[in-house]
Amino acid sequence: MADHIDEQPKRSLSGLEVKPVYTPDDIANTDFARDLGQPGEYPFTRGPYPNMYLGRLWTRRQIAGFGTAKATNERYRFLLDHGQNGISTDFDHPTLTGYDSDHELAEGEVGRLGVAIDSVRDIDDLFLDIPLDKVSVSLTINHPAIVLLSMFLSVAKDRGVGWDALRGTVQNDSLKEFHGQKTFALGPRPSLKLTTDIVEFCTNHVPNWYTISISGYHIRESGSDAVQELAFTIAQGMAYVESAMERGLPVDSFAPRLSFFFGCHNDVFEEVAKFRAARRLWARIMKDRYRAQKPESMRLRFHTQTLGSTLMRQDPQNNIARGTLQALAAVLGGTQSLHVSGFDEAFDIPSEEAMRMSLATQLILAHESGVANTVDPLGGSIFVESMTNDIEEAAWEYINKIEDLGAGSLKQGMLQAIDTGYIEREIARSAYEYQLRIENGDQVVVGLNQYQSESTQKLELFQFDPEEEDWQKARLAETRSGRSAAAVKSALSSLKQAAQDDKNLMPPVLEAVTVLATEGEILDTLRDVYGEYVDPGVF
Amino acid sequence: MATQATNIKVLLAKLGLDGHDRGIKVIARAMRDAGMEVVYMGMRVTPDQVAQTALQEDVDVVGISLLSGAHMRLVPRLIKAFQERGIAEDILLMVGGTIPEDDVEPLHEMGVQGVFPVGTFTTTMTDFITTNISRGRSAPQA
Repeated sequence: MADHIDEQPKRSLSGLEVKPVYTPDDIANTDFARDLGQPGEYPFTRGPYPNMYLGRLWTRRQIAGFGTAKATNERYRFLLDHGQNGISTDFDHPTLTGYDSDHELAEGEVGRLGVAIDSVRDIDDLFLDIPLDKVSVSLTINHPAIVLLSMFLSVAKDRGVGWDALRGTVQNDSLKEFHGQKTFALGPRPSLKLTTDIVEFCTNHVPNWYTISISGYHIRESGSDAVQELAFTIAQGMAYVESAMERGLPVDSFAPRLSFFFGCHNDVFEEVAKFRAARRLWARIMKDRYRAQKPESMRLRFHTQTLGSTLMRQDPQNNIARGTLQALAAVLGGTQSLHVSGFDEAFDIPSEEAMRMSLATQLILAHESGVANTVDPLGGSIFVESMTNDIEEAAWEYINKIEDLGAGSLKQGMLQAIDTGYIEREIARSAYEYQLRIENGDQVVVGLNQYQSESTQKLELFQFDPEEEDWQKARLAETRSGRSAAAVKSALSSLKQAAQDDKNLMPPVLEAVTVLATEGEILDTLRDVYGEYVDPGVF
Repeated sequence: MATQATNIKVLLAKLGLDGHDRGIKVIARAMRDAGMEVVYMGMRVTPDQVAQTALQEDVDVVGISLLSGAHMRLVPRLIKAFQERGIAEDILLMVGGTIPEDDVEPLHEMGVQGVFPVGTFTTTMTDFITTNISRGRSAPQA
């Protein structure tokens, strides 16, 4: 097939117009002092810190979790030995959705896509021999976040680690569960209440903990484009800020402990522009709308995960190139930490070999590519600045629409947008249009719809041990028989009362996990008060 | 002889707790745009719920999406639930998602007519349906 010059204007992956060449006229309205500033200064377009990677490289944080806590603990220690410097926990679906390993719906999923956690004993196993005051830990959990965080705090306390020494993150982004990831346990309103309970409790008792990782990653994996990912993530963040402020928390007391989590696709410049636009948007919103005073409240910091949905079964080694491109874009965009997805993830959760390659990709970027030698290397590129402006503007359109739905409140607007299925439908539309572009050939995916190869090389995939489910169920039974039934009953009944009285639920959940109440029992108590949430089946 | 898509009723669902629903929603739109009647049950349904709905809605096709790795556990239960209601022979059963190569043949042997790993084009699935439906309401047409 001959290469040719296309007469049509090019478009970015998300459909933004891309000109053949850019001139200073394209950013005539950009004021460098106002719109970019210095790195580490408002509006933080060029980065949250003045020295960025010259001060410290990004955190290499490969997520991991499978089988039992003991098995996952071994993987953590393998990764820490191979150049990783942060831990990110992947929980199985029963844990993510608040069911115990012996629940009917959990069949076949216990420990399958993440680690199975039922009680505080499992969290103790998960972090065996890992110094909780030295390694930063990200607990990737949402609606049951209050339970898992309580278990973590309880283990820290038992080990004599002060809560002020803990550095880590709990994802705790309840609203995105209704349109991305879909591991909800409760409805939008009660889950937002729990998110805010965590913000309030940690602000007062766990001061260095990041209380919400406001997540676009799952929205993107669900098929959104870059603009939707950015807009819906920022809108979620605004809803959390408003919810915490309604509790009476001053904005500067909690906003510095909010962080963000984005995906990264293959369109390098669009992604870089997205990250830069994200920082500027958040800074302006925090300053102008919520009247934050501290720069730390305005400074957006984020984790990036390269997108599993871009990984193909065809020629899986090609996915190493895709992961490298996406990781490069994340670093050029100034990410604070990074996970590169395993090249074999179109088949199963990654093998140890795939994770070793992902980590190597990060190390090669850090030490061989030279991209970390200067701050915001693409800053000032007319194309990148122009696209940063375009993405910011396009994101505002969505944010304004959600604000209108809430009659001026982003919190109410997000709840409305979720109740009506607006966000889910917008994302599903983008996912479908992207699929059609692949099927009609407008979007080339190498090895899938063009340049197919005959290679039939078989990969050494992750091997799941089905006995882990039985082991986990046996351990759960042992936990139940070895605890004080009366203490559990009393703790759950206090929790129920606190929920009915609309109190902060962190203290009663902490009490419940300490007496070995299980995650499923605690969530059942909450489902009993707040009701079950059923997927509306929007498409 | 292919059947006209407009006569075909499809039930789509996700079994278990798996939250990966991007693919099945894309497929739901593609089947609807191909003219089929689509009933999407959403996530977190049990094999019994799927079978009961398939019976009540009198569907021609059931499409199940699993990206949780639980397909070898849950699909046999679904087929059993079909058999208990006497509808196993009347339904074209399709399963898609992260299905390893080695599981494709065993799924066929269980009674799954079509297995579609991630990356499959939607047209492959709609063509599969129109080619394989030849019963009842959707009698073969020219």
